Amino acid sequence: MNRYERMFAGLTTAGRVAFVPFTVLGFPDLVRSEAWIEAMIASGADALELGIPFSDPLADGPTIQRAMAAALDAGVSPDDCLRLVDRIRQRHPELPIGLLMYANLVWARGPARFFSACAASGVDSVLIADVPLDESDEFLHQARSAGVGQVFLCPPNIDERRMKLLAERGFGYTYLLSRAGVTGSEVAAGSPVAAIVARLRELGAPPPLLGFGISRPEQVAAAAKEGAAGVICGSKVIELMLAEPNDLEAVSSRLGTFVRSMVSASKFSPS
Amino acid sequence: MTRLPAYFGNYGGRFVPEILIPALEQLETAFIEAQADPAFRSEFQRLLEEYAGRPTPLTECRNLARGTASRLFLKREDLLHGGAHKTNQVLGQGLLAKRMGKTEVIAETGAGQHGVACALACALLGLKCRVYMGAKDVERQSPNVFRMKLLGATVIPVSSGSATLKDACNEALRDWSASYERAHYLLGTAAGPHPYPTLVKEFQRMIGDESRRQILARTGSLPDAVIACVGGGSNAIGMFTAFVADANVELVGVEAGGLGLDSGKHGATLQAGRPGIFFGMKSRLMQDGAGQVEESHSLSAGLDFPSVGPEHAYLQDIGRAHYVPITDEVAVAGLAELARSEGIIAALESAHAVAYALERMRRDPSRSEMLLVNLSGRGDKDIFTVDGYLREQQASQEPGGPRP
Ligand SMILES: Cc1ncc(COP(=O)(O)O)c(C=O)c1O
Repeated sequence: MNRYERMFAGLTTAGRVAFVPFTVLGFPDLVRSEAWIEAMIASGADALELGIPFSDPLADGPTIQRAMAAALDAGVSPDDCLRLVDRIRQRHPELPIGLLMYANLVWARGPARFFSACAASGVDSVLIADVPLDESDEFLHQARSAGVGQVFLCPPNIDERRMKLLAERGFGYTYLLSRAGVTGSEVAAGSPVAAIVARLRELGAPPPLLGFGISRPEQVAAAAKEGAAGVICGSKVIELMLAEPNDLEAVSSRLGTFVRSMVSASKFSPS
Repeated sequence: MTRLPAYFGNYGGRFVPEILIPALEQLETAFIEAQADPAFRSEFQRLLEEYAGRPTPLTECRNLARGTASRLFLKREDLLHGGAHKTNQVLGQGLLAKRMGKTEVIAETGAGQHGVACALACALLGLKCRVYMGAKDVERQSPNVFRMKLLGATVIPVSSGSATLKDACNEALRDWSASYERAHYLLGTAAGPHPYPTLVKEFQRMIGDESRRQILARTGSLPDAVIACVGGGSNAIGMFTAFVADANVELVGVEAGGLGLDSGKHGATLQAGRPGIFFGMKSRLMQDGAGQVEESHSLSAGLDFPSVGPEHAYLQDIGRAHYVPITDEVAVAGLAELARSEGIIAALESAHAVAYALERMRRDPSRSEMLLVNLSGRGDKDIFTVDGYLREQQASQEPGGPRP
């Protein structure tokens, strides 16, 4: 079993779904980023989804764009990010860690070298936001040889052919999109996903985590009811960091309160 | 999987979030069906002739080639309705949008020429139009902002990143990923995810097809070199395509040399960029060592883009076309000379191609060559930029140096 499988097995026993926070590595700088990630883990985050800052994040809304731009302004490089992941991995050997990437950062280093560096830093999975299933061959091959899995986006408009491809190629979890558009808490999670969840399960795809527009505890409970294996929450997390970014302790404690509120909504009520 | 080839050699593809794949597939299907539909083709042709003013003339320069043995022909896309070649393919895509039942159009624009073309086509065809434009470009191309608004389009300034064309491209794709059901993304150049590079080329190829017929009829022979400026690559690929099979015709793309290739401040992607993935495609890309996209520089907003259409990267790799830089300074000089010698004010973008042709004719005045330049657009939008540039240049050449 890999770390995701062990996490999902543990959650099933506990009668919960996963709460997975997302943040941008190195935002607003490496020191605060590390402290705030630790605060979220200490408050019960089940896994982490972490973005390496990119100059042109076209799948992201204004909040995550701002975070990426700030990290780049602070001089954070992809290597700095992987070293930060490595430190987190040393302290949390069992925590599933996924990276969220844009294709050019993988391509520029060469996919083989990039994925080996990920594996060496203890990364479990990589999702490349601008590499759809039909373009994923080359990346997938290199990721697998390096021992890193690939996570794919499952949008509400996915068809049967691509869902099958996803079931075949996906590793760890399936990033189920709650709605169209880009990341951001301005537009709340949308359409019911129960039908897609059921079809993914039939096809044997990795368990779905619901993301985009998740910011409130009620949405965690609702996702569990629809059959999702958990939620991913990014823009809301970054908004908490943006509120008073210079007060490290205040943000840590606010993140802690938020993560605990989301985790406590993650019990599934048997329907 | 795609129905038409998505790649030109190693370049091209569809590097967009999964959510946009169905919209790209719908567009590819609509394009294939429309191309096979005589009613679509004749409506497109009718709009090109009766509304936009095709065919555009081919003008032989009377004065510029004096003192050299060469002849210089200009393909007059500046005379097309809207003032640039952009109108050609916008009419094609506008008809496709109607055919797909879309009611809204999203566009990105740099110089504002594509935005103006979209705005006029949307007014004509009854589509609702919104145009993303870098905040910096809104400022330096203000005449086109007024035109777009007058034509009923909404202009949305983009201030993220470098606040130029690349950021407008990101923003247009972000919008489309939420609005694809009712909106068509009317991409403005032969770049971006498949099928755009192929579709835009097909809707621009009349530039070269007409030119080839016109120059053969006029002179009885093919040109020695065909020259076009390259931003995203649409006017160049529209011009080159008819000549690709003519092995003796040299194809030259002119990129923005900006302040010079050594300065790092330029838009010469094909000469200084490395393969990368950006704006939905694998192509040449200006980027740093880690793969962060770099900002380009050009006095001409339409060439201020850090990547380029994938077919140009391919034509360069196989040696069928080659690409050269022309700096801001040389382009402005070319613009001024064309204006004074021939009575034509070219767009700053097109002036890059003209300036290269002038350099080439004068390098060896005794060499007899027939040069065909695509004059992709007219320069009304650039008069303030050029005036400001010339004043600054004059001031810095006066004794005492630049004014404070
Ligand atoms: C007159 C003119 N020529 C050329 C270009 C560059 O675009 P492309 O390379 O797609 O022809 C532009 C872009 O705005 C333009 O307005």
